[in-house]
Amino acid sequence: MSAPQSLTPPPSSRVPAGRLRSIRVKAAWVPVLAAVVILVGMLIAAQLYFGRFITPRIVSSLFVDNAYLIVLAAGMTFVILSGGIDLSVGAVMAFTGMLCAKLLVSGVPTLVVVPTVIVAGALFGLIIGVMVHFFNVQPFIASLAGMFLARGLSFVVSLQAIQVKDPVILGLQSVKLGTYEWYLTPTVTIALLVIVVAAWILGYTRFGRTVYAIGGNENSTRLMGLPVARAKVLVYVISGISAAIAGLVFTSYTAAGYSLNGIGTELDAIAAVVIGGTLLTGGSGYAIGSLIGVLVYGVIKVSITFLGAESSWTRITIGGLLLAFVVVQRVIVRRAGRR
Amino acid sequence: MNAQPIVEVRGASVRFAGDIALDNVDFRLYAGEVHSLMGENGAGKSTLIRAITGVIRLDAGAVCIDGEPADVSSPLAAQRAGISTVYQEIDLLPNLSVAENVMLGREPHKLGRIDWKSMRAEAATALARLGVDVDPASTLSSHRLATQQLVAIARALTDNVKVLVLDEPTSSLDQDEVAELFRVIRSLKAEGVAILFVSHFLEQVYEICDRITVLRNGHLVGEYMTTDLLRIELVQKMLGHESLDLEVMSRRTLRRFEASDAESIVSATQIVRRGSIEPSDLQVFEGELLGIAGLLGSGRTELARLISGVDGPDGGVLKIDGVVARFRQPRDAMRLGVVYSSENRKTEGIIGALTVRENITLALQAQRGWLRRIPRAREDELSASWIEALEIHPSDPERLAGQLSGGNQQKVMLARLLALAPRLLVLDEPTRGIDIGAKVEIQKLVTDLVESGMSVIFISAELEEVLRVSHRVLVLRDRRIIANVDADSLELVALLAAVSKAET
Amino acid sequence: MSRILRSRVIWPIAALLALVVLNTISRPTFLSITVRNGELYGSLIDILRNSAPLMLVALGMCLVIATRGIDLSVGAQMAISGAVSLTIIADSPAPNSMGTVAIAILAGVALTLVLGLWNGFLVSVIGIQPIIATLVLMLAGRGIALLITGGFITTITSTPYAVMARGYVVGFPFAFLVSASAVAIVSLLVRRTALGVLTEAVGINPAASRLAGVRSRGIVWSLYGLSGLLAGVAGILYSSNIMAADANNAGINIELDAILAVVLGGTSLAGGKFTLAGTVVGVFIIQTLTSTITFLGVPPSVTPVFKAIVVIIVCLSQSDRVRSGLRRLRPPKPLAIATAIDSTSSTSGSAA
Repeated sequence: MSAPQSLTPPPSSRVPAGRLRSIRVKAAWVPVLAAVVILVGMLIAAQLYFGRFITPRIVSSLFVDNAYLIVLAAGMTFVILSGGIDLSVGAVMAFTGMLCAKLLVSGVPTLVVVPTVIVAGALFGLIIGVMVHFFNVQPFIASLAGMFLARGLSFVVSLQAIQVKDPVILGLQSVKLGTYEWYLTPTVTIALLVIVVAAWILGYTRFGRTVYAIGGNENSTRLMGLPVARAKVLVYVISGISAAIAGLVFTSYTAAGYSLNGIGTELDAIAAVVIGGTLLTGGSGYAIGSLIGVLVYGVIKVSITFLGAESSWTRITIGGLLLAFVVVQRVIVRRAGRR
Repeated sequence: MNAQPIVEVRGASVRFAGDIALDNVDFRLYAGEVHSLMGENGAGKSTLIRAITGVIRLDAGAVCIDGEPADVSSPLAAQRAGISTVYQEIDLLPNLSVAENVMLGREPHKLGRIDWKSMRAEAATALARLGVDVDPASTLSSHRLATQQLVAIARALTDNVKVLVLDEPTSSLDQDEVAELFRVIRSLKAEGVAILFVSHFLEQVYEICDRITVLRNGHLVGEYMTTDLLRIELVQKMLGHESLDLEVMSRRTLRRFEASDAESIVSATQIVRRGSIEPSDLQVFEGELLGIAGLLGSGRTELARLISGVDGPDGGVLKIDGVVARFRQPRDAMRLGVVYSSENRKTEGIIGALTVRENITLALQAQRGWLRRIPRAREDELSASWIEALEIHPSDPERLAGQLSGGNQQKVMLARLLALAPRLLVLDEPTRGIDIGAKVEIQKLVTDLVESGMSVIFISAELEEVLRVSHRVLVLRDRRIIANVDADSLELVALLAAVSKAET
Repeated sequence: MSRILRSRVIWPIAALLALVVLNTISRPTFLSITVRNGELYGSLIDILRNSAPLMLVALGMCLVIATRGIDLSVGAQMAISGAVSLTIIADSPAPNSMGTVAIAILAGVALTLVLGLWNGFLVSVIGIQPIIATLVLMLAGRGIALLITGGFITTITSTPYAVMARGYVVGFPFAFLVSASAVAIVSLLVRRTALGVLTEAVGINPAASRLAGVRSRGIVWSLYGLSGLLAGVAGILYSSNIMAADANNAGINIELDAILAVVLGGTSLAGGKFTLAGTVVGVFIIQTLTSTITFLGVPPSVTPVFKAIVVIIVCLSQSDRVRSGLRRLRPPKPLAIATAIDSTSSTSGSAA
């Protein structure tokens, strides 16, 4: 170990040479890279097994079919990073989709509908966030209550599915940008934009860093004078907003609002976030990882369809993968704790 | 010394759930001094620090900064007033980068976003001031504790810092690291920063501190110049000397104990646990009352926990009745008759929401297994007899244990362990924080138990108490056993000297 | 002890009575029970019968919550046990034979017992948070059930199997007798052995329990197993009611109902002290509420809104902030931190 020179008094030889560290990958990126490796591995395996898998159509549809999930996962990343969990997102997505469809059918202009729906999603998040932070209700209970509320309210909006004929909302899905083979829809653009914004907020704002800080140690964060209360409520609001955006995207994807949409989707989103390298206990992970996680989910789903196997294998495989990641995380955390 | 202290606390009182944590304490801190706050467990050190740094509020009294009443209602307010703190458990964020740990909360912004580049540069400058050279972009948890400690100090050193509070900063550092820290402290002192230094290592206090304030049981004992106070005097002031009017028992009444004709129950050879206790040897004989004396942090608790299976050793051999024993949990030790009563009555002792009866029978029930429930009649009988034997008040076995006074909770814990009919009872500060009457009763009980043939390890911060009840005393200092003496041949002054490493 | 227990259960009982009174006013037939062929019929009897699956699940949930845990997978486990037993019956040449039905039931319940033990293993041995550990099975469980049924809703005709949900024994619905005996057995198991008090000790203060020599790992582990077992029986009852294994809808959202029943009954989500009697009352409250809502003509799919509101009210009423706010209306208390420290060691707040 070489003794680094510092300007002030006797430099201690025991201070480690930090320069070498920056070359190595930061530990928090390792699980994200693992997810990338899994994704690439699965793609290659699928290509070898099915012969034709990595085609423009399939890759494009991977994004198009999972755009809503990408949005949900982005919001969920905030919540999980802060050490919480949000089980309401599937139901909020269904409710906002219903609300959107209902308002459109009633003749409300699209320009009014979209902001209204997003505010509705934010309100759900706000209720959950306030319960979690100010009343110390465990996140999963608070968000389960939010889930019930949203699911029930979407039936209040309508018991039947509502067809959407609004050209703008439908256009989000039907407009294809790109060539015939490689294409993006506006929904995918929105989803990727959400990921970019999420990554930017998490990486470059005090709020974002506070979210990480809370996930690391809430008490220390408070002692450091960071705005814990605001951040803890805001993560759920963000999750609610992204659930609303996902609701819009999903409505445009299915051209209808339906109250039974998105049952169990919260679990898919959580699984995608965790597989994407975010620590379930909070404090470590990246929005981009969640995107990778969703893609892993998408590839599993498509492969299972290709195999002609039961679609239920998707959930089982995702559950197994989630478990494997959680156990590995647990082992890592335990080892770090013993250090 | 300047006339005007930077920080002055007057008449500070704090109560927690009815217990007095701090009672009318005055405290002064001057610019450019290193000031030590000394006291045993429960003396009120942490409470006073937390009051100054805005973590808790005073029930009575005031904190003044530069002579003016100051707002220290939150950690942030205290920091704005110029008081920065580095807590004992390094309160940083291990999952974030070094730069963030130094700068978060006052990070530089550019175009509405965090300017990472200048943030890292500023952090590097702040660290360089302390002579630390680490990559600010690296994750905090990848560094040694000593480095993390210095990062915490770098964070604390904001531009307006007047007072730096260091709460046990050295407890997990080795010698070189402590030297590094002291170099930093001296240079800060030269810059005119007032430093409040809390440590249970006497040597370090004498090395670095100018003045000492001693607290005991929430009261102010006094304020002294370090140079005027002999080490032995300091320890005496910390540990105190309560006059026992109701001296029920004297050491002489204890049956003389001959180690030669007794069997050893426990014998430990070179048992060690990293960061807790250096390799140590220890023997306890049948019917012996072994006292363990030492200051907080001397390893007294850690040693006891190794013997009773609460913590696992990193090495060494532990034998019970000459047979090697490997305890993975307290349960294993209990099965062989070694039981431990923790110093932390609330967190590791009493189960507050269960009744006294349930608390008393818990260990016995756990040993029998859940299938063989102790019949209710037997439970009533057991708890009634223990309540009577230990004079637990109130004597209602159906009262929730959490509602009892400290002394009675201690007795409930004892009853729980005694119901197992143990062979070796390890008592970690059984008399801390309880009133004199209960204290004497517990001392008497312990000696009675030994008279009846049980072996006891008795740990206490009160040397006089250890000396009075024990046959033999182990003295610990700096995580080592430094003496093993017959209590009859030991005088209090000599014990004090040994514990405090005074020059004799 | 009895004093505290009584005061804990008194509010849920009051709420239940209020619901019954409300119902009786709005439909006078609510309380009437008629006897036909020696069998009892009526709204109250329906509530007793229909509450059976929730009762079983809530019993297990109550004990798991007492250990500071939670079991989110109970609904998925119900789907699995129903799928297993119905598939066995459907594949059997003699769907009406008692033997087939017995084997089918045993197989379904045995599988969920194993799954419950799996949850317990993840929680107590690996040390994964209970929410996450059981979330995995909640996620994968319905997939497994679908796999067992081959993706279809398996329907059967088997007279002995149908008896469980629809049949009567000595005048009472068989399902009610199952849930009543489960309550009796679990109560005996918990209070006649030392399981209850040891569970409470572990839930209240794990560190102190360890020092007292309590085998907390084994206790936590087996209680998740018990929860799985009870969920399995609940799944059998559910599938017997519709005579179909519906992997997607069996026991859907029952985990929240069960948690709600436990909390309504006066057991804190923070673990520790639990009351099975309170949980039973909690289950009846929820079932009566559901029945009331249906009677009022509200579509059943909207019921979650009411439940969500109840959950929110109950959780808020348990929170320290609201409690200390209420307390502040009476005599002043010195410090928030002091009450926080206090509240960890005492649960007397609800009794006061």
